[in-house]
Amino acid sequence: MEYVSPEGLRLDGRRPMEMRQIRAEIGAVSKADGSAVFEMGNTKVIAAVYGPRQVQNKSQQMSDQALVRCEYSMANFSTGDRMRKPKGDRRSTEISLVIRQTMEACILTHLMPHSQIDIFVQVLQADGGTRSACINAATLALADAGIPMRDLVTSCSAGYLNSTPLLDLNYVEDSAGGADVTLGILPKLDKVTLLQMDSKLPIDILENVMQLAIEGCKAVANYIREILLENTKQLEYRRGV
Amino acid sequence: MLHNKSFVKKTRAGRVMKQVREHYLRDDIFCGAPFCKVCDTSGARLSASPSTILVLDTNVVLHQIDLLENLAIDDAVVLSIVLEEVKNKNLSVYNRIRAICSNSKRNFFVFSNEYHRDTYIKEMTGETKNDRNDRAIRVATQWYQNHLGSGVKVLLITNDKENKRKANEEGIHAETVETYVKSLDRPDLLDLLVRPSEDVDMEEVEDLRPSKRKVIYIEHKPMSEITSGLHRGIYHQGKLRVNRYNPFEAYVGSESIGDQIIIYGRSNMNRAFDGDIVAVELLPQDQWQEEKSLSIACGDEDEDEDVHLAPNSADDAPRTIPQQGSSGEINAVSSRPSGRIVGIIKRNWHSYCGSLEPMPMPAGSGGIVHALFVSKDRRFPKIRIQTRQLENLLDKRIVVAVDSWDRQSRYPSGHYVRTIGEIGDRDTESEVVLIENDINSRPFSSQVLACLPPLPWTVSSEDLSNPIRQDLRNVRVFSVDPPGCKDIDDALHCTALPNGNFEVGVHIADVTNFVHPGTPLDDEAAQRGTSVYLVERRIDMLPKPLTEDICSLRSDVERLAFSVIWEMTPEADVVSSRFTKSVIKSSAAMSYVEAQARMDDSRLMDPLTTDLRNMNSLAKKMRLRRIERGALTLASAEVKFQIDTETHDPLDIGMYQIREANQMVEEFMLAANVSVAQQILKSFPLCSLLRRHPTPTKEMLEPLLRTAAAIGLHLDVSTSKAMADSLDQAVGDDPYFNKLIRILATRCMSQAVYFCSGELSPPEYHHYGLAAPIYTHFTSPIRRYADVIVHRLLAASLGIFKLPSIFQDRGQLTSVSDNLNYRHRNAQMAGRASVELHTLIYFRKRPTDTEARIVKIRSNGFFVFVPKYGIEGPVYLTTRSEKGGGEWYIDEQQQKIKKIDGSISYSILQTVQIHLEVVEPQPNRPKLQLSLI
Ligand SMILES: [Zn+2]
Repeated sequence: MEYVSPEGLRLDGRRPMEMRQIRAEIGAVSKADGSAVFEMGNTKVIAAVYGPRQVQNKSQQMSDQALVRCEYSMANFSTGDRMRKPKGDRRSTEISLVIRQTMEACILTHLMPHSQIDIFVQVLQADGGTRSACINAATLALADAGIPMRDLVTSCSAGYLNSTPLLDLNYVEDSAGGADVTLGILPKLDKVTLLQMDSKLPIDILENVMQLAIEGCKAVANYIREILLENTKQLEYRRGV
Repeated sequence: MLHNKSFVKKTRAGRVMKQVREHYLRDDIFCGAPFCKVCDTSGARLSASPSTILVLDTNVVLHQIDLLENLAIDDAVVLSIVLEEVKNKNLSVYNRIRAICSNSKRNFFVFSNEYHRDTYIKEMTGETKNDRNDRAIRVATQWYQNHLGSGVKVLLITNDKENKRKANEEGIHAETVETYVKSLDRPDLLDLLVRPSEDVDMEEVEDLRPSKRKVIYIEHKPMSEITSGLHRGIYHQGKLRVNRYNPFEAYVGSESIGDQIIIYGRSNMNRAFDGDIVAVELLPQDQWQEEKSLSIACGDEDEDEDVHLAPNSADDAPRTIPQQGSSGEINAVSSRPSGRIVGIIKRNWHSYCGSLEPMPMPAGSGGIVHALFVSKDRRFPKIRIQTRQLENLLDKRIVVAVDSWDRQSRYPSGHYVRTIGEIGDRDTESEVVLIENDINSRPFSSQVLACLPPLPWTVSSEDLSNPIRQDLRNVRVFSVDPPGCKDIDDALHCTALPNGNFEVGVHIADVTNFVHPGTPLDDEAAQRGTSVYLVERRIDMLPKPLTEDICSLRSDVERLAFSVIWEMTPEADVVSSRFTKSVIKSSAAMSYVEAQARMDDSRLMDPLTTDLRNMNSLAKKMRLRRIERGALTLASAEVKFQIDTETHDPLDIGMYQIREANQMVEEFMLAANVSVAQQILKSFPLCSLLRRHPTPTKEMLEPLLRTAAAIGLHLDVSTSKAMADSLDQAVGDDPYFNKLIRILATRCMSQAVYFCSGELSPPEYHHYGLAAPIYTHFTSPIRRYADVIVHRLLAASLGIFKLPSIFQDRGQLTSVSDNLNYRHRNAQMAGRASVELHTLIYFRKRPTDTEARIVKIRSNGFFVFVPKYGIEGPVYLTTRSEKGGGEWYIDEQQQKIKKIDGSISYSILQTVQIHLEVVEPQPNRPKLQLSLI
């Protein structure tokens, strides 16, 4: 199967180093302390953050840091086949854990002992790269909730098909069976907080693919910063500053 | 720029299950014209100032690819929608059009119209996919015209009437292929056109041949019926294999019945070509024996058998058609199922080499003439073509492609593709040999050559200090090869040890030190699979700097090697063996003759000669032991040409003489291959590349046994050991008799093949001819890719290199071994065809009388084998018209042909004197003829 034509175009018309169109919106769930919708092409996720608030289950309370919890789910209408998916299957448990660990690494939990932060992410529409979109949405929602963070966490995936590193795989490319690297970074601190890979890659190619994913994460970070800035301006305006 | 703001996002909706795909439209797709003022011209492919730019429609690409491959067609735009449609319909045409587009000498530009902001169109309601795509092609053509302005004519080439009409209405220039090609004023190009099938005139050609009975083939079943038939088990699917020596006999290997189904005659073959995937229906069992009558019925087309090189194995020899003798005995073969083809699942049409059947120039030449093309490979039927240049083509070798074959026509119709050269010209015929055997003789590409180390190359200090490489430069290593050998891939040493034993080493060129997996060089070598040796030239698997210099183990230079080293007792028992990468410096590169002369000259007592003698005595013991185990001493009639260095014409031919020195080297190579096979199989039981030689079946040995029985010789073929023994005992009254029997035995056996060890169970690994439980190829990595793979396996088994990823994938390894078998087979066929060609050239000026042996009795004469020249062919006792009749009759039991009055009789294996001569029964069709003196 030809995923990149000799003219250098992918099946959806992108070039190998191009991301899909990204779009974000802050404040989609008014009840939550912070929320955001994040889209990467046709992948659309919503994130809502509650907290910091009192710990619900006292036994989990920690005296030196906040408890971070995360729940990931997929809307039944999110994929084409509209199947009813059981909640808490292995895949969503795993993704919940990945998101929690990634976010926990950037939240300044020690500033909020005895408290709890809940992150809910739901996939509204899936077209590849859901993990990355969830992390990006969660970052925005945390920022919206005003939770202190070391840095933004942004994520993007990259793959390797037809001997070409490809940025931000969509569903078709993702199911091609090639390697798929999902990367999360702290863009200001220039640190990697998440690295996952399906399938195998020779080490030198992995470096190229990872570099491409880092570029992608940075581009996402720039965009997220713009959105946050825009949002702050709006807030300023509304408060009449 | 990671995120392009100028994207306009649209989604395409699919069928029943709604699928949404993003489709980005871009503004950075350029037109490919170097003179364009608006676009980025760095990737431009069209020429600088074309008068016309062609836009090709899908059907034009699909059907007229031979025309497009002609250099006369240029400055064409291929739209991505066209490529997509072509790819879905015919992958091989897709690959060809892609090759044209990527060829830097052609001005073909691929325009991604589907991703361009201005040329992407949405499907309208009620519009079919085809109509939508046709519209997309018109829109793109229009865009080009507007974009490039009126200085250039943008011409849509389409044979679709509707599309052309609409284009004209929309103000687009559009023409059919025919009108466009006619406007070029190049009549030769018209021959390349595929004619639309409706205006084919069926009868025109066939009427030229008198008294033809019209053959009408049964209709092919529709695909749905075939699928359900296969499902219900009434049809069987398989690949059709036509007998190389009898085109009216074909086989379909069917997995569903676990046997080969025989297809007799053209009407049962029902328009299928060799290599097609077909659906077969079994004939009722009472019709299974009709083969003979059928093949005679079609026999009017059957040419007489030509003189051929004597076959070396069952794979070369014609399948024996069971003699329907008067005795009426039921033959074993006739119990095999026969069938007829009901449908073709996948066509294997490609282009074929051959020549036109001689025909008189029709009056008023210059017009269109129908001619019959005869493929050089007899497995393919004649092909009807139309030509406007008959006069030019009659004495040429040409390439022709097949277009269609309908029920009403006896032959398929096709079109002329290109001319190779004059018939009989040595270069032309060599080219034909290469094309026919699918051998890539193109020079190596620059990417491949870029993988070579810089020249002059020498062993570096890093190589010497590398801990995996042992320094053996102080060991007295030497090589023994045919005279003039430049690609020396093996060398030997034999050192006497203080304990009375010998250290024997086989050193093989370390090719994998230079050929790394995954590089263009490695891919090219894997594709070629083997070097091909023709009489006058060699087509290398690896580029010359590697084969003749860097890897060649020449004398007095330091070279890298992969060594197998044994300690052996004087009785040739192996005490220990080891494998290592090494650095050697050969002290002598001898020819077989030189080495033999040294050993024979009792005055010579120098160390090198002593080594040779020690080695020879070990080899003799090893050989004896191998024969005791049951290895067969087979014989083949290999000939050797002496070629004029100036004209490249053959000066002399003779049998290849085998000396003790040859056998000595061969013995150690066998031993090295066996040792390596054991080592790699131990480490990689599932992914080793081995070589096996299947035990011949009873049926395969049948011709040998029949011949032996006729002359009162008993052969025990129950095991290879018994066979070897009875071959030893087969001594006749003349010295050549034993060799002749061995030659006949050899040709009954099939050839050894490569396989992946994970595919078969260990008992099946057996190598019958060598009587070895396992065997592989390690000793010729310069000219065989199998050996390259084995070198990598051996290195990995020693832990000095990582196993390349291909070995983790058994399917891929199997496809590699299949390709190697295919390439080896082709290389051999090409080598044999080249020898046949040179034999013909040799005898053209030298009619000769010589001795021959009868090897097969036929109804109208017999087949003889000419030992001196290694050829075999028919000798007719009666003229062909009175086939089988007349004054001769056959004694089936005793394999004799006798004159009715009993005055003369010829029996099998009898020596006869024959006359060899080249005749030209038809102009430009020389052939070798044998006649009795
Ligand atoms: Zn332009």
